[in-house]
Amino acid sequence: MATQKKSNIHILDGNQAAAIAAKLSRVQVIAAYPITPQTPLTEQLSQYVEAGELQAEYVAVESEHSAMAVCTSASLVGARAFTATSSHGLAYMHEMLHWAAGARLPIVLACVNRAIGAPWNVLNDQQDSIAQRDTGWIQIYCRNNQEIMDSVIQAFRIAEIVHVPVMVCYDGYILSHTEMPVDIPDQAAVDRYLPAYQPHTVLDPSNPKNYNLVTLANPRVGVDGKLCHGYMELRYLLQEALQNSRETILQAGREFNEVFGRDYSDMFWEDREDAEITIVAMGSLAMEAIVAADMLREEGIRVGVLGLRVFRPFPKSDVVRALRKSKLIVVFDKNISYGSEGATCSEIKSALYGTYINASIRNFIVGLGGRDIKARELVDATKKAIASLKETVINPDYPEWICQI
Amino acid sequence: MKTNAVNLIEQEWILPGNRTCPGCALSLAYRHTLKALEGQCIVTVPASCATVLHGMYPITAVNVPCVNTPFASTGASATGLVAGLKALGRKGITVLAFAGDGGTHDIGIQSLSGAAERQYDFIYMCYDNEGYMNTGNQRSGSTPLGAVSGTTPVLGKQQYQKDMTAIMEAHGLPYVATCSASYPLDLYEKVKKARTIEGTRFIHVHTPCPPGWLFPFSDTIRMGEMAVETGLVVLYEIEDDIFRLTSASESLARKGGTLQPVREYFISQGRFKTITEEQIDELQNWVNTRWKHCLHRATNL
Amino acid sequence: MGTRECNHICDESSPGIGEAGITGEWRIEVPSIDEKKCIPARSNKPTCFLCWLYCPEAVITKGIPPSINLEYCKGCGICSQVCPVQAITMLPEEKM
Repeated sequence: MATQKKSNIHILDGNQAAAIAAKLSRVQVIAAYPITPQTPLTEQLSQYVEAGELQAEYVAVESEHSAMAVCTSASLVGARAFTATSSHGLAYMHEMLHWAAGARLPIVLACVNRAIGAPWNVLNDQQDSIAQRDTGWIQIYCRNNQEIMDSVIQAFRIAEIVHVPVMVCYDGYILSHTEMPVDIPDQAAVDRYLPAYQPHTVLDPSNPKNYNLVTLANPRVGVDGKLCHGYMELRYLLQEALQNSRETILQAGREFNEVFGRDYSDMFWEDREDAEITIVAMGSLAMEAIVAADMLREEGIRVGVLGLRVFRPFPKSDVVRALRKSKLIVVFDKNISYGSEGATCSEIKSALYGTYINASIRNFIVGLGGRDIKARELVDATKKAIASLKETVINPDYPEWICQI
Repeated sequence: MKTNAVNLIEQEWILPGNRTCPGCALSLAYRHTLKALEGQCIVTVPASCATVLHGMYPITAVNVPCVNTPFASTGASATGLVAGLKALGRKGITVLAFAGDGGTHDIGIQSLSGAAERQYDFIYMCYDNEGYMNTGNQRSGSTPLGAVSGTTPVLGKQQYQKDMTAIMEAHGLPYVATCSASYPLDLYEKVKKARTIEGTRFIHVHTPCPPGWLFPFSDTIRMGEMAVETGLVVLYEIEDDIFRLTSASESLARKGGTLQPVREYFISQGRFKTITEEQIDELQNWVNTRWKHCLHRATNL
Repeated sequence: MGTRECNHICDESSPGIGEAGITGEWRIEVPSIDEKKCIPARSNKPTCFLCWLYCPEAVITKGIPPSINLEYCKGCGICSQVCPVQAITMLPEEKM
């Protein structure tokens, strides 16, 4: 594919970047319900449609559950569908998230990460999207607004190849309401990169198929005498699609690089791979972690950063490769699986189990409900983790919390 | 020419050998609905007895395209079908939402109300068997006063039915109608008319349920007729705010408007085994008042 | 035998008769049309057809006389109730 040569830098916040990306992706049906901090994205998209800048149906639904129902049905008649939400909105959508993935519909959802109540809190953490990790969606996390722009466009390409919906997650306020330079791709180049949606099925009276009927536990013979799947085989196919989507995600990233000159050819972002101590973080926190790593290096502590980009499918073998030299892994989570630990920490432990890597792993829960997390705090936590290798300053069974209790 | 049993389209879109119970009024109502649409439709169906009728993967008993959607989402699913078709420029297809009373009066009311307020272009048909029949008959917002159900097992339901058609009328829809599976030609005409109207159209269909209401399979049609003859169900349509009585309700009104007493209807169904004389009197008064109101509103008498 | 050959990636169903099996086996009573009474049969004209109109199963055809597909008729007896001349009798299934 021909490379887009000229850059077109604008100062955009994260919601603007997502809105422009959806427009460049030529979405055909948008259904969304406003929720802080996603609201400006919703308003921007309705502005595009009402002003005639985007040829799409904008459905101002009465709930997030309905937003995803509109997207699933629109997708089933062959339309490219997009929605966006946060926090309680995503939780309210939960049933329909399962439905979209189960029906294998390539919907793209922008999740502007926000805390979940009770109590009310409109600020950032990642509890909302992590709580949806088992719905069968691909999840991509962005570190900055350029990645939001690029990930939404890539998301459609990935979703429409593997027939799995994609959630593009970015931190509320920290990215959604913070302006930074973003290179806006050229429409013609996006059109080359992202061809028109070719659905695997379309509802049509001339070929009257039914979708999502009751499905038996065991396979059943169809009208043509051929054996069709049971419920479990359909679930296997969804798992297989996510497992195999790694190749498509990487291919979409490489091709994106060819056209737009920005490289997404790995499942994660790596900074200084030689390090024996690795900080793991996801989303904008991965950028903060780089600053922390710099500060630690100035003190002579060799620290690298692994920024998780794709959380589902979880890139086990990639992570093992990235952590091969690590003796200590410090995982920062903006989420908590109550009674256990942070979700990314569990994933890292699971990925390393049975490998030759015998690193110590320490988990810190940070930044819930918008609690500010500075590089200095990441530095202090990392030092505490180092100290814990020699003396018992941390209970290794459960995560440490960076808070004032 | 007026449609009758002889000239009514012979083609069927519901296939023999489906999973509905014998004597199912929903099946009969759906059969004539699809005839009126000549199969040129896309249907969305929430969890309900209609899901049972549609069958089990990989075979469906219905010869029209259909998406099954979760309970609360029928109105939104219909919206999505309409929005998708519009975005793609696909024309000539009617979107039909086909949901039960639980999926309409109760769990689905939010998405239906939202879709109707947005005036999306589809027909919403509520087949009302007056309870959650798919799960074995529990009370719904449409279960009548005095009816015993799985969740009103001892005393019977203590509340009146929710008047869903009135709620939908309050949305300012271009067409709302009530019908009954026992009057299939009236139903057919109403769906056929609704097909030609743009905007959200709401049609309520009374569908007696033998196993849920506890009457013999063969009496389905008679039960529906009795409901109309007693005035418990009134057949009407409201097109652009003009209210017309139709079919048997229109005939009753023209013959002087005398209704059959409601008592006979209640004693013919096992679900009313605990209904009290006071409740029957109360319901008779309620029916009389509503019937007077309908006669007053009707513009075609 | 596995289902790998099935090309569906989601639950996609095609229309088929007898989705629930041979539903005629559900019957406890079977309808029987008396051609001496049946209006279309007696008049040899396509008329009446109320049994066809009210059948919830779409198993009756508008013939002279109407015929009932007993493979799928569930035996609900609605046809016998709506017949204006009582031409359809429900008989116990074992007598057939």
